[in-house]
Amino acid sequence: MAYSNKVIEHYENPRNVGAFGTSKEVAARKDIGIGIVGAPECGDVMQLQIKVSEQGIIEDAKFKCFGCGSAIASSSLATEWIKGKTVDEALTIRNTQIVEELSLPPVKIHCSVLAEDSIRSAIEDWKKKSGASPASQSPMPVTQHA
Amino acid sequence: MISSNSSTSNSPIYLDHAATTRCDPKVVEAMLPYFTEMFGNAGSRNHQFGWQAEDGIEIAREHAAKLIGAQAKEVIFTSGSTESNNLAIKGAAEIYARAAAGQTGRGHIITAAHEHKAVLDPIRRLMREGFDATFIQPPPDGVITAEMVKAALRPDTILVSIMWANNELGTINEVPEIGRLCHEKEVIFHTDATQWVGKMPTNVEADQIDLLSWSGHKMYGPKGVGGLYVRRRKPRVRLEALQDGGGQERGMRSGTQNVSGIVGFGKACELCFNEMESEGNRLLAMRNRLEAELKKRIEVTVVNGHPTKRLPNISNISFGFVEGESLMMGVREIACSSGSACTSASLEPSYVLKSLGIGDDLAHSSLRLSLGRWTTEAEIDSAIVMIETAVNHLRRLSPLYDLHKEGVDLSKIVWQAH
Repeated sequence: MAYSNKVIEHYENPRNVGAFGTSKEVAARKDIGIGIVGAPECGDVMQLQIKVSEQGIIEDAKFKCFGCGSAIASSSLATEWIKGKTVDEALTIRNTQIVEELSLPPVKIHCSVLAEDSIRSAIEDWKKKSGASPASQSPMPVTQHA
Repeated sequence: MISSNSSTSNSPIYLDHAATTRCDPKVVEAMLPYFTEMFGNAGSRNHQFGWQAEDGIEIAREHAAKLIGAQAKEVIFTSGSTESNNLAIKGAAEIYARAAAGQTGRGHIITAAHEHKAVLDPIRRLMREGFDATFIQPPPDGVITAEMVKAALRPDTILVSIMWANNELGTINEVPEIGRLCHEKEVIFHTDATQWVGKMPTNVEADQIDLLSWSGHKMYGPKGVGGLYVRRRKPRVRLEALQDGGGQERGMRSGTQNVSGIVGFGKACELCFNEMESEGNRLLAMRNRLEAELKKRIEVTVVNGHPTKRLPNISNISFGFVEGESLMMGVREIACSSGSACTSASLEPSYVLKSLGIGDDLAHSSLRLSLGRWTTEAEIDSAIVMIETAVNHLRRLSPLYDLHKEGVDLSKIVWQAH
């Protein structure tokens, strides 16, 4: 399968790789939300960590990904897009936008879905830990799985 | 960072010889006159064009037979191993069936779960047509023994089909022993020897094989031509043809012969026969060095399949915490295969690796590297560095590698599968 230039570029120079500490350290921090989606036996695991300000702005994001090139590119792109956004803005990101930006073929749409899920999952985790009242946030949109 | 400067050549390194091989230029040279000058139909018995074509085919048949220790009359030319397997399995099942078509209980067939689809699917079709089958589950080393076949035998077993060497792993099954067992029990024994023939010494007499399939393009011959050995004595094996027509190939495979292809196949057999021993030793040394270096440089690297009962040219290796397709993307200068789901249409990891019970995560992390006639030491050197670089790059990205370094047992984590 031929990869788009953007997928190759993200694969070779992934943005925001890493974590804000060991799994124990980040679990204890209230300003960090963690999203881990996928499973090794399915061939992809995405881990997204977001550092959120008291105002609900995503100040920094880090990812790690076990998966194919398209999964790596999708999660790398997701970190770029959510940095600087409020959590509510980040929740509006749709997998279809990732598909379009990276020119993913149909067989790789699930990679973009995973990236969207990881954003959702990280924000949910942050909300739980920080005690941000769900009522003060906009309602969670329903995920459209491909 | 991926275009490692260790490789001085711009052309990709071909390490996918288990998929197909380059046609040897000597093979092409032998074939060419049969397109334009000696273009006759081997069935034309009354003129020189026909005689030339027939001579070309019969010389090829001699070379093919010599390579496997058979008589020339026992070799049938086909379009390749898939056709040979279909003809052998379905053709034998029809002849040796214990009940008429349309009935159940027509006979029992033994094969293994990690056979090629070109064996499994014909047998599955026969199961819909009244036959029973046992699919032996391979042990973790992938080697099917005569004991395992013996345990699966039933009074109504009519056919055993066990490949000689596995196409994904290179593991070698106990073929002479299985042949002996089948002859003792008077059960027809077929072996798909596609990966084996041309690389390893083969003698259908000593190894007691009744039916053997092989293919031209896996041994530096052309695509679209293969052979089927059909034993003529002790016992005389009969097959029901799948294709009816002009009665070519002893009536077992009607259709005008692919003369140029068959000539190329014969030439490829001749070359393999002459070069087998020295080439086998050369490939084994290179393959062992490749595996030893990768294991030394990269932690949690597992060679899949039996450590020694393997073809000299195939290596199936899993690099923990790294997904196979992304690894292939990292080594784009190497043409190879992966057992990862992402490289298949089904999104399932390799059923061959899964059947060994190695775990889906390691199955997703596998590369198959297969060496061949033009593989050089310098290419192996480059491949080692490229793979090491790519695995390191991907492990830096891998959340699983972090967990491994933190001492977390990945098998104990409950994942949210999607």
